[in-house]
Amino acid sequence: MRMSGARIIVESLLQEGVDTLFCYPGGSVIPVFDELYKNGHDIRLIIPRHEQGGGHAADGYARATGKVGVFIVTSGPGATNTTTAIANAHMDSIPLVAITGQVPRSKIGTDAFQEADITGITLPITKANFIIDDVKELAPTLKKAFHLARIGRPGPVLVDVPVNIQYDMTEFAYPREAELNNHGPKKNGHPRQLKIAVKMLKGAKKPLVIAGGGVNFSDSTDLANKFCDVYHLPVVSTLMGHGICPQKEELYYGGIGMHGSRYGNYAVQNADLILALGVRFSDRILGDPQSFAPGAKIIHVDIDPAEIGKNIDVHLPIVGHVRSVLEQLIGQAEIRNDRSRWINELQSQKQNFPMTYKKCGSLKPQHLIRLANKYFPEDTIVASDVGQNQMWVAQYFRFRRPRSLLTSGGLGTMGFALPAAIGAKIGHPDREVLMFAGDGGFQMNIQELMTIKRYNLNVKMLVLDNGHLGMVRQWQELLCKKRYSGTVSTDNPDFAKIAEAVGIHALKLDRSEDAEGTMQRLAAADESMLVHAHIDPAENVLPMVPVGKSLDHVLTSI
Amino acid sequence: MTQQNHSRHTISVLVYNHPGIMAKVTSLFTRRGFHVESITAGKAKDEEMLRLTIVVMADSKSLEQIQKQLYKVIDTVKVSLIHPELKVEREMALIKVKPPNVPKSELFQLVNVFRGRVVDASPSGFIIEITGPVPKIDAFINLLARNSIIEIARTGTVAINRWPGKVGTSVERRA
Repeated sequence: MRMSGARIIVESLLQEGVDTLFCYPGGSVIPVFDELYKNGHDIRLIIPRHEQGGGHAADGYARATGKVGVFIVTSGPGATNTTTAIANAHMDSIPLVAITGQVPRSKIGTDAFQEADITGITLPITKANFIIDDVKELAPTLKKAFHLARIGRPGPVLVDVPVNIQYDMTEFAYPREAELNNHGPKKNGHPRQLKIAVKMLKGAKKPLVIAGGGVNFSDSTDLANKFCDVYHLPVVSTLMGHGICPQKEELYYGGIGMHGSRYGNYAVQNADLILALGVRFSDRILGDPQSFAPGAKIIHVDIDPAEIGKNIDVHLPIVGHVRSVLEQLIGQAEIRNDRSRWINELQSQKQNFPMTYKKCGSLKPQHLIRLANKYFPEDTIVASDVGQNQMWVAQYFRFRRPRSLLTSGGLGTMGFALPAAIGAKIGHPDREVLMFAGDGGFQMNIQELMTIKRYNLNVKMLVLDNGHLGMVRQWQELLCKKRYSGTVSTDNPDFAKIAEAVGIHALKLDRSEDAEGTMQRLAAADESMLVHAHIDPAENVLPMVPVGKSLDHVLTSI
Repeated sequence: MTQQNHSRHTISVLVYNHPGIMAKVTSLFTRRGFHVESITAGKAKDEEMLRLTIVVMADSKSLEQIQKQLYKVIDTVKVSLIHPELKVEREMALIKVKPPNVPKSELFQLVNVFRGRVVDASPSGFIIEITGPVPKIDAFINLLARNSIIEIARTGTVAINRWPGKVGTSVERRA
């Protein structure tokens, strides 16, 4: 059937099973919006208040559901506004397809109105990007884009469509397969490597599993939990790996790295074997790479061969899909061994050095997060922002479900939490979505409060206001003798009033003794609600391993 | 990454000649902090493809990382390392020189010794074409009087692995 490029875009989205589209109109995407209008109700349009918000919402939707997040924006500023969202998804390997309008083919290169070289700009922050030269390429390129976004290590793919192509007519047939030259990632681990892995695991007296984002995003959390339970292997998690939760509580040792638990980092530094699943050994995890896990042999399982040996030398690489590799390993009964001595050692660390904070009169964020953990259901999806709030959430909220923490791990994007929570709620209308943000990050995409109202989404929001850009302030306390340069923001607005102006219920929380009641009200509310909490401005994230230091070098006070 | 264990390596990359491919490859080097000495591109056996020859300074660890990252570029078909000994490597230079102060025959003799050619001559000067491994071209340029050189255009290295067999046949010495 002959149809316009704009209609081809809509039909291709339908072929890919897209039912939710984050989009913002503009001059260069008018034909697509017209086709979406004519299409009616097959695709739900979510219009944010800023393209960056739309991009993060698509990202949050993808993180929470595992589906590809899709957004459409116009050329020039529409496209450039999404670059932070694209970079964010790229760092955390989130599948996105970004469709950007472009000025007509004949105007490209003339500095036309709202022209930006978006394929040039996004080159280093996309898994792949394409500009359409001919309407005939449109459907095959969209097929390729969805395929690439999902396959292997997922990531964002951008397709730039000049507006004249959206009007051009051609025969539409959606290809069954993407035409690609290489890039068929291996699913199974190499049998020889697996044999060695089994032998290493069998011989290990102090084994430790590190679960990374690859476990969550390959939907392997259930299998990883089972693997740890069956073989009695203790497990720790990276920021992106939260959600790992073996049934046996004595096997779980929290987060690791810069703000990991003391016992988690102890486990890393004292293990004799590490099985790293879908981990990229970021600098926030390694501390000092030279002294990371000094006594351990490392088995590194990852779908991306480029991750092997990138940040740390490993003893046994296994290139493969985490789920497939776990399926291969889980049948190997020889791995079983008595590890009770090692578990006891870790248990005593956990008892002697638990996660803790000073309980004085003021309102403590850790206390609030523990209360949230208590009153919100187990399958709550938590979206955190970046900075102290992010680390407290990671430390004090116990994640028991896969894909239940949405956080900007790699790029560290302030302003991520609110739009990501919106995307998650749209993907999972039946689950509670709870957002944590600091006063700084919340204001970076605060306009998306209107999106919550527009679509009547039930999103619960906790703004932890300490009147500072807290994480930087904490570093300034440590490194700059409390010269708080640029980080004081005691002039914050009344967030409760802002929420009410939008039409969202809001509560204020100033005193520790009111915390429990407020949290109960927040959890019980059947529509969106914001809590503006004035927390102790001097509170720090602890424990802490200073940048570049060994994980043994744990600070418990500043 | 320390600079100490860095040595020169040649990587040959076969890619689809799709729009922006050169930008994709070169931006990769900047983004990952790899130092490129030269990069050349030309049509490969298959008309749709380009063969890039990239010379980098790298230690063994970053060399491995470079190859893996190159493979992640969607249009990459094959990445191969050129063997440091079992290779044929060439560069071409066009050198514009003023007429020498010494007799012209001395200049022509030098060009002959290096198996170069004079490809353009005018009262204002000459253009010399010379082909060979990089050190040979460096040596030739060093032998020219410095102030006689007006401009140099070098292609950068192209290289290909040898047929398997003995190293350094007489064919190589003739080149």
